Amino acid sequence: MIKTPKRKDVRRADRIFFWSLRVLAGLVILALVSMGLFLFDASELAIHKTGFFSFVLSSDWDPVRDVYGALPVIYGTFVSSLLSLAIAFPLSVGIALFLNEIAPANLARVVGFLIEMLAAIPSVIFGLWGIFVLVPWLRVHVQPFFIQKLGFLPVFQGPAYGVGMFSAGLILSLMILPTISSLAREVFAAIPRTQRESALALGATRWEMIKIAVLKSSKGGLFAAMMLGLGRALGETMAVTMVIGNRAQIVSSLFAPAQTMASVVANEYAEATSDIHLSALALVGFLLFAVTFITSGLARVLIGRVK
Amino acid sequence: MSILRKQIGDFTRLRYKRRKALSLWMTFVLGLAAVAASASLLAVFSYVVLRGAPELTLSFFMNLPKPVGEPGGGMLNAFVGSLLMVLLASAIGIPWGIATGMYLSEYGRGRFAFCVRFCAEMLSSVPSIVIGLFVYVLIVKPMQRFSGIAGAFALTLIMVPLIARNTEELLKLVPQHIREAGLALGVPRWKVTLWIVLRGSLSGVMTGVILGIARISGETAPLLFTALNNRFLSLAPDQPMASLPVQIYTYAISPFEDWNRQAWSGAFVLILFVFVLNIMTRAIFKPGLGRVRD
Repeated sequence: MIKTPKRKDVRRADRIFFWSLRVLAGLVILALVSMGLFLFDASELAIHKTGFFSFVLSSDWDPVRDVYGALPVIYGTFVSSLLSLAIAFPLSVGIALFLNEIAPANLARVVGFLIEMLAAIPSVIFGLWGIFVLVPWLRVHVQPFFIQKLGFLPVFQGPAYGVGMFSAGLILSLMILPTISSLAREVFAAIPRTQRESALALGATRWEMIKIAVLKSSKGGLFAAMMLGLGRALGETMAVTMVIGNRAQIVSSLFAPAQTMASVVANEYAEATSDIHLSALALVGFLLFAVTFITSGLARVLIGRVK
Repeated sequence: MSILRKQIGDFTRLRYKRRKALSLWMTFVLGLAAVAASASLLAVFSYVVLRGAPELTLSFFMNLPKPVGEPGGGMLNAFVGSLLMVLLASAIGIPWGIATGMYLSEYGRGRFAFCVRFCAEMLSSVPSIVIGLFVYVLIVKPMQRFSGIAGAFALTLIMVPLIARNTEELLKLVPQHIREAGLALGVPRWKVTLWIVLRGSLSGVMTGVILGIARISGETAPLLFTALNNRFLSLAPDQPMASLPVQIYTYAISPFEDWNRQAWSGAFVLILFVFVLNIMTRAIFKPGLGRVRD
C-alpha cells in the first residue's frame, strides 16, 4: 500500500523549502551590502589621515613617501574608459545594425558567434596579447605616424612608449564591444517589423530606413547599452594593468603611461606593507565600487524602462 | 513646361542615385565594422594558438615551475590550483545560484525579491578586482594568510549572480499550467519546483552553470591577493594556491623569455578550455534563449 504523506508534513516540507531558498537568496543581498560596508570600513584610516576630499582631489600618489592622492587614477580610469567607449560604441552599433538589418541569417549567425567568443576570452589573455602583439605594433607603426602628422595636438605629443592610455583604451574597446553590441542587437530586435516596412514602402533606401525606423526609436536603449559598456570599462582590470604602463600621473598625451583605479589596486595591493597604503587602496576600491554601482544601476534602470 | 518637367525628373533621378549610393556606402561601412570585430577576435585567437601551441609539451602539464634558465618547467601547480578552486567555487556557487534563481522565479514577487534581483544584478557588475578586495578584508585579513578558500570564495561571488539570473529567466519560461498540473495531482510545491520546473529546464540551467564555470576559470583579478600564488604543488585549501590565470599574468610581465613563452602556452590551454565550454553550451541548448549576457 502507498503511504500518503500527511498534509501537515507536506506543509512543513514546503515551508522548509521556501525558507531555505529565501535565506540563500538573502545572502546575495548580504554579500553586496557587506561588500560596501567592509570596503568602507577598510578605507577608514585613509579617510581619517588625508580627508576624503583631499584624497580625491590631490594628484600626488607616492607610496614611497606614503602620500596618497587619487586624482591621477580617477583621471586614468575615466579617460581610458571614455576613449574605449569612443571607439567601441560606434563600432558596436555598426555591428549590431549589420547583423540585424543587413546580413543574411547564416552570416549573422557566424559573426554573432565570433563576437560572443570575443566576450569569452579572459581578460588576462587580452593583456598578454596586448603586451606582446598590440603594444609593439602601436609603438613602431601607429604612434609615430600620429605624432608626426598630428603632433601639434596635445593628446598626441611626446615619445611613443607603446604602453599607455592609448593602448589601454584600444584593448578595452575590444573587451566592451561584445557587451554593447549584444545589447544593441536586442534593442533593435525589439522594434516591430512593420515600422521598417513602412519606411521602405514610403520609398526609403535601406540606410534611410535604418535611420528613420531603427536608430531613431532606439536612442534610449542604445544609451543604456553605452552605460553598461562604460560600467564594464571602468572596472576592467587585468588587460589594462598589463598595457597602461602603471604610472600615476596626469598628462595630456594619450601615448604616455597612466594608471587606473583598478590597475593601481591590482599592482600595489599584494605588495603594500604600510597600513595607510592598504587603506588608501581600499578607498580607491570603494570609489570604484561606488562609481560602477551608479553607472550600472543607471543602465539597468534604463534597460528596464526600455523593455 | 516640358523642359521644366524634364529638369525636375532629372533632378529626382539624380537625387535618387545619390541616396542609393549613400545607402550602399553605409552598408559597406557597417559591414566593415563587423569585419573589424571578427578580425580582432581572429587576431587574438590566432596569436595565442601560434605562440602557445608549438611550445606545448607533456612536461608543461606534468612539471612544476623550475628556476629561470632551467629547461622543462611546467605549470602543474597552476593547473591543479585552478581546478581545485573552480571546483570549490562551483560546489558552493552552483547550488547557491540555482536556489536564488528558483526563489526569484517561483516566489519572487514581493519587495524582498525585488531587492534580491537588484543586488544580483549589481553584484554581477561589480568589478572583479573589487570582489578580490572585499574577500581580502573578509577572509584573508582575519585568517592572516592568503588561501585557496579565499580565492574560491571570490570566484563564487562572481559565479552566483550569473547563474541566478540565468536560472530565473529560464524557469520563468516554464508555462504556469505545468506547475498547476503538478499541484493538482497533489504533488507538494517543493517537489513541483524541483522535479517538474527545474527538471524541465535543466538543459538551459546547465548552460548558465557551464558559462559561469567558463567565466570564473579565466578570472585573474580576484585571485591576485586572495589565493596569491604558490610555486609548489599544494592541495591544502588554507594555503596560498596557484592558478592558471595568475600564473599567466606573472609570467607575462616577467622579463624572462622562457617564462613569456610559457605564458603563451598557458594562455593557449586556458582559451581552449573556455572556448570548448562555450561551444558545449551551444550543443546542449539552442542559442538565443537565456544566454548569460555578461
